[in-house]
Amino acid sequence: MAKIVAREEMAQGTIILNEIEASRISQKAKPGQFVILQADEKGERIPLTMADTNPEKGTITIIYMVVGKSTARFKNLKIGDDFYALIGPLGTPTHVEKVGKVVCVGGGTGIAVLHPIAQALKKAGNEVTTILGSRSYDLLIMEEQMRAASNHFHICTDDGSHGHHGFVTDVMKDILEKEDIDLVVAIGPIPMMKFCSLITKEKNVKTLVSLNPIMVDGTGMCGCCRVTIGNDTKFACVDGPEFDGHKVDFDELAKRLASYLDDEKKSLEAYEKCNTQ
Amino acid sequence: MVDKKSKKIKVPRAKMPEQDPNLRRRNFDEVPLGLTPEMAILEASRCMQCKKPLCVEGCPVSVKIPEFIKLIAEGNFSGATKKLWETNALPAVCGRVCPQEDQCEGRCIVGKKGDPVAIGYLEKFAADWERKNGAGESPSVAEKTGKKVAVIGSGPSGLTVAGDLLLKGHEVTIFEAFHKPGGVLVYGIPEFRLPKEIVASEVAALEKMGANIECNSVVGASVTIDELFEEGYDAAYIGVGAGLPRFMNLAGENMIGIYSANEYLTRTNLMKGYLFPEYDTPIARGKNVVVLGAGNVAMDSARTAMRLGADSVKIVYRRSRDEMPARAEELHHAEQEGIEFVLLTNPTQFFGDENGRLTGMECLKMELGEPDDSGRRRPIPIEGSEYKFDCDLVVVSVGSNANPLLTNSTPGLALNRWGNIVANPETGKTSKRGVWAGGDIVTGAATVILAMGAGRAAATSMHDYLVLGW
Repeated sequence: MAKIVAREEMAQGTIILNEIEASRISQKAKPGQFVILQADEKGERIPLTMADTNPEKGTITIIYMVVGKSTARFKNLKIGDDFYALIGPLGTPTHVEKVGKVVCVGGGTGIAVLHPIAQALKKAGNEVTTILGSRSYDLLIMEEQMRAASNHFHICTDDGSHGHHGFVTDVMKDILEKEDIDLVVAIGPIPMMKFCSLITKEKNVKTLVSLNPIMVDGTGMCGCCRVTIGNDTKFACVDGPEFDGHKVDFDELAKRLASYLDDEKKSLEAYEKCNTQ
Repeated sequence: MVDKKSKKIKVPRAKMPEQDPNLRRRNFDEVPLGLTPEMAILEASRCMQCKKPLCVEGCPVSVKIPEFIKLIAEGNFSGATKKLWETNALPAVCGRVCPQEDQCEGRCIVGKKGDPVAIGYLEKFAADWERKNGAGESPSVAEKTGKKVAVIGSGPSGLTVAGDLLLKGHEVTIFEAFHKPGGVLVYGIPEFRLPKEIVASEVAALEKMGANIECNSVVGASVTIDELFEEGYDAAYIGVGAGLPRFMNLAGENMIGIYSANEYLTRTNLMKGYLFPEYDTPIARGKNVVVLGAGNVAMDSARTAMRLGADSVKIVYRRSRDEMPARAEELHHAEQEGIEFVLLTNPTQFFGDENGRLTGMECLKMELGEPDDSGRRRPIPIEGSEYKFDCDLVVVSVGSNANPLLTNSTPGLALNRWGNIVANPETGKTSKRGVWAGGDIVTGAATVILAMGAGRAAATSMHDYLVLGW
């Protein structure tokens, strides 16, 4: 149950891909939905959006960056190992329809989240322009898959090792100035989504973002993942994870993500100590 | 020659040995230590074995109370448990969490002139004795009927339905969203009130009777009820509970340090946050804690906060002591452990620092006016009585609503305007053919025993359907 059938290390081992046996979930999952995973009985439950699904094979694919104890623990799972818990598909799927011209912006592991959405938008007949960003070219993931899901394609790197030397927002701004864009989908680190949304708000272009708050159950029963959208409080695990970027209180989300920084640090340090002995 | 009747009334009610409040407020071990066999036999002898037992009338699942008590009085503890099993799938749980003062013990004749027979303590005693010393028996099941039932949710109501239908020979699969079965028994009620080892033991007994338990299965997400019928299930029971936390929609409510009771308790109980970092899920250890609400869940949250190392824990409640809905024993235990009740008080807003971390809150004093539709006197704000104070953790424990995850994906299931499933109060039948429902998803947040009672009623109706038709 929830056996890893394929595994890849990317971006110098900082980003891991797992293809997991999950027949029921793979049949039902739609773009934008996520799963909750737990490595073992003492582990944390964490959400990860599905980067891909294969209903014929009965598998789903997750891609995660190793940032703390839980993802470090996941990294040590080999092909043939089972996750202790895997539930899904959770969240409201992306609303996909033909609107015309769509710009998809992906940063870091947000690219994995963006992939099924870009695929679905292109399939629905939209003209998809994709802008991917990473700190340097060797940390960029899913380039080929994203190219295949797009009509036009751009890469941005902070260090200039490939493509545009600068931020995704530079390229996006440029495109918005030259063309009439109907929808922007921006998924990546919070500052990236926040600034993309500020820019598109000025140009009055509808924008969807995918939020990544801390979660525990993932089914709407605890409220840990609550986010402020306009004047309302919504639960990212059931009402989201996608929301109107112009209404999201990104600052509040960034603050709430820091709720357990000290505990997380302690946990990771203890794990790394154990594992280097 | 001593008159037998008056001798029974003269024996005082057993006093439950308990962990000392000063010790137990900092540990997660069970508070009541349990009666000894001698104490249990003596207490059982107080029962007058009434011909028309009022206690049974007060029990939502009609446990055969005088009969199981007689067996304890005779020293036949195993027999007492088997008698309990005839009507109650989870006696070790009920003995611990039922509000006996409102049910069986509240009607006990002995209680009219003195203290009622300690029915709850005796139920707990028998179930615990059997678990520790019994031969590992479980009730025997009838011949297989060939019918398959899907039970959705492994909380008290689902487990009861499963137990009852297994007894009648049906094949039962329980679908549970979490990685451990038990529902509110495992994520909501704390370790010090209901040890998880006991819940696991009750669940293992069901597995011994043939139950299949599929954890990590979210019906409504990975599979729908209609698909389960296509897969060959003949009937389904929905016991998914009232798992949608209510917040108060006050300014500052999304700050770090403000939790719903569901989150606070799930992190602590199910994810064992109190054992961090041995267990990975963290839980904030507030020093100056405020719990909003005064039901059993609020008491559980407050007593948990104390055990997590708080210097001060306050319950803030808008009505007075008499209206507090928590079970009598919980209120009593909470006060003993040093929890302060701040009554006739309502929160108005929360304050925090530049990192969005809670630092304090403001409250308003209340007074009681005329009763509202719950029958309780309506709290009325006293103008100009706002005052502020510091706090670093708030647990919002003001109730739960129906979680729409399953109901949204089940066509044909009639719901009321709050999202609860509409079900026949006697049979649990819903508007969807082959589907029954019970517990909090139907009634709104209530008790374990009421959920079990609903499960009991539904199982009877489901059995009739499975053998006779709709």
